Amino acid sequence: MSKKVLEIENLGKQYKLGQVGTGTLSHDLNRWWAKLRGKDDPFQKLGVENDRTSEKSSGYVWALQDVNLSLNEGDVLGVIGRNGAGKSTLLKLLSKITSPTTGEIRVRGNIASLLEVGTGFHPELTGRENVFLNGAILGMNKDEIKSKLDQIVDFSGCAAFIDTPVKRYSSGMMVRLGFSVAAHMDPDILVVDEVLAVGDIEFQQKCLGKMNEVSKSGRTVLFVSHNMQSVGKLCTKGLYLQNGKMVQTGGIDEVLSAYVTSTSSNNFSYKSENNESAEGKILKAEIVNEAEELKGEVGIGQQWGVRVTFQLNQDLKHVILGSGLSGTMDENINTTWSSPRDLKAGVYQIIIHNKEILFSGGTYYVTIGLSTFERTIDYLEKEISFVIVETGREEIDPRILRLKGNGFILNPFNETFRKL
Amino acid sequence: MSQKWNEIISSGNSKRISIRELWSYRDLVVLLVRRDFVKEFKQTILGPLWFVIQPIFQTCIVLFMFGKIGGLGPQGIPQISFYLGGVLMWNLFSENLVKTSETFRANANIFGKVYYPRLVMPIAQILTSFLKLLVQLSIFFVAYFYELYTSPAIEPNVGILLVPVYFMVAAILGTGLGLIISSLTTKYWDLRFLVQFGVQLLMFVSTVTVSFSVLADKPVWMQNAIVANPVSSIIEAFRNAFLGPLGGEIYVPGLIYSCSFALVSLILGVIIFNRVEKNFMDTV
Repeated sequence: MSKKVLEIENLGKQYKLGQVGTGTLSHDLNRWWAKLRGKDDPFQKLGVENDRTSEKSSGYVWALQDVNLSLNEGDVLGVIGRNGAGKSTLLKLLSKITSPTTGEIRVRGNIASLLEVGTGFHPELTGRENVFLNGAILGMNKDEIKSKLDQIVDFSGCAAFIDTPVKRYSSGMMVRLGFSVAAHMDPDILVVDEVLAVGDIEFQQKCLGKMNEVSKSGRTVLFVSHNMQSVGKLCTKGLYLQNGKMVQTGGIDEVLSAYVTSTSSNNFSYKSENNESAEGKILKAEIVNEAEELKGEVGIGQQWGVRVTFQLNQDLKHVILGSGLSGTMDENINTTWSSPRDLKAGVYQIIIHNKEILFSGGTYYVTIGLSTFERTIDYLEKEISFVIVETGREEIDPRILRLKGNGFILNPFNETFRKL
Repeated sequence: MSQKWNEIISSGNSKRISIRELWSYRDLVVLLVRRDFVKEFKQTILGPLWFVIQPIFQTCIVLFMFGKIGGLGPQGIPQISFYLGGVLMWNLFSENLVKTSETFRANANIFGKVYYPRLVMPIAQILTSFLKLLVQLSIFFVAYFYELYTSPAIEPNVGILLVPVYFMVAAILGTGLGLIISSLTTKYWDLRFLVQFGVQLLMFVSTVTVSFSVLADKPVWMQNAIVANPVSSIIEAFRNAFLGPLGGEIYVPGLIYSCSFALVSLILGVIIFNRVEKNFMDTV
């Protein structure tokens, strides 16, 4: 049986909005008076749910509220959510930078947190001196650092500059050195913020590899990132936060897809609003199913199409409609186009059917361009999106193999199979 | 199966100060002291000499203003080591006070990213100030031995053995007050300004500038004002040890006052500091 190493119960953190300053003294006195009489904090009740966009009525806000969670040894938890969802607050509480307003966190083993690389680096000190200082700040002792010094320097790739003051380093080198120190800690529980978003691609790969190694070695990791790809790759469990509250927790795949679905705007139909146009314009663009019904969700293997209505104000030659598909990570996946036509002024409709290619589950964005050979007439970049969902097994073409980490495009190969 | 947790992070206000935890960060203390030292000398020609130059100039000014013009210095003995000793003692106190009082603000960027016992910072600060003192004492001894050789009126006594204790008390006074102020400045920044000129002003109401012996024929309130400064009696006792009765006197009630002041402020400071460190990131 795997051991429980972390338990979070009813965790909450309240913050005061606006400037800390005016009114704090009177609130402090009020609080102190309430405490003296054995009453609850009068300002704890005021907090409202944390929603960045809405105007607050009270001056307090819950950055995190009612979070419950437990992690076993070896779990790798990905914490996801939009900006301001409370991810960083959670990490801050876990790393004891600030203490919770309600609830508690119970830990077995030691926690090391990595909210920033190179914390405490002093520009005047050399790389080597900073490795020691930074390591000590992160909780390592001198002998531990000494024994790992070579590995750390190697990993950072800064060996030639190790006796140069870090103020002469490029920012990339500084980050490399900082991460290398952090990567050589041996905690039972590791808390990592989005520090991987730094360094060049080669180093990012190295960092991810290291993270992978750490998680494979049976340590417990909490990982916050906006990079869904790396979260999906590294984590086994997920926690989805929204406005300081837990929306979903469980296996990483379900949590990720819940997050992706909720964040994509799901505009599966587009209607042009302004009417000024020179040669022509796209009036409407919609996702439709086989029966030409508007659809925001399509099952894997089911047919779908993009129906585009456009208007031409003059006669044009070689009119082409192109459509492109891209994923949530902004990668372009597929491009299709119609055959060129010579058209007279008027309103037309075209449906680009998608029959042959199977796409795996996920959210997709559609870009549409209307053009002639010479120039673009109208262009809609990712104005509409839709979701391909994994529907019940019986509805799906039995030929489609479903695996974790599928590519975007699924195709059973055309086989030649013989018995010899 | 019963679960044993070795750490519980909760909203409770009081947290026990863990000596063992502090001890486990001893390497960090050493490295921080090293950092504070090294960063001062980098790219300087004179290096550690700068630690000495500053008190020499301070002493010159005090000696000239108060000793020569004001006539408030000791009678019958040379005045250089008299004033230099006072300045060194005062600097030990004031540096610890000012630096410690800025602990939270100066380290906010580190404290906001990593946890370690925050008391590590003031501890490193005390050690740094003592190392600095060691360097500075060299110039004191140069002046002292010169005066000892040239003036027969100087009578050192066994009180010299207590001098390390006097330095300790001065450092603890500064740190204790600094801890209290640092905890209050996280929320109310006003105090920062008070500290900056307050410490400078306080120096003029202490025995750094005036000798007890001159005060004897002054009004009582003046004497009280000087003794109320907890550093005064320590400086006098220090001078008595090196220079004899003409340099300073051992005023026992004043010494008791200074020691208890130091102890109380240290304990109070640590308690408040410990309480504030948990949540200061929200208010700093």
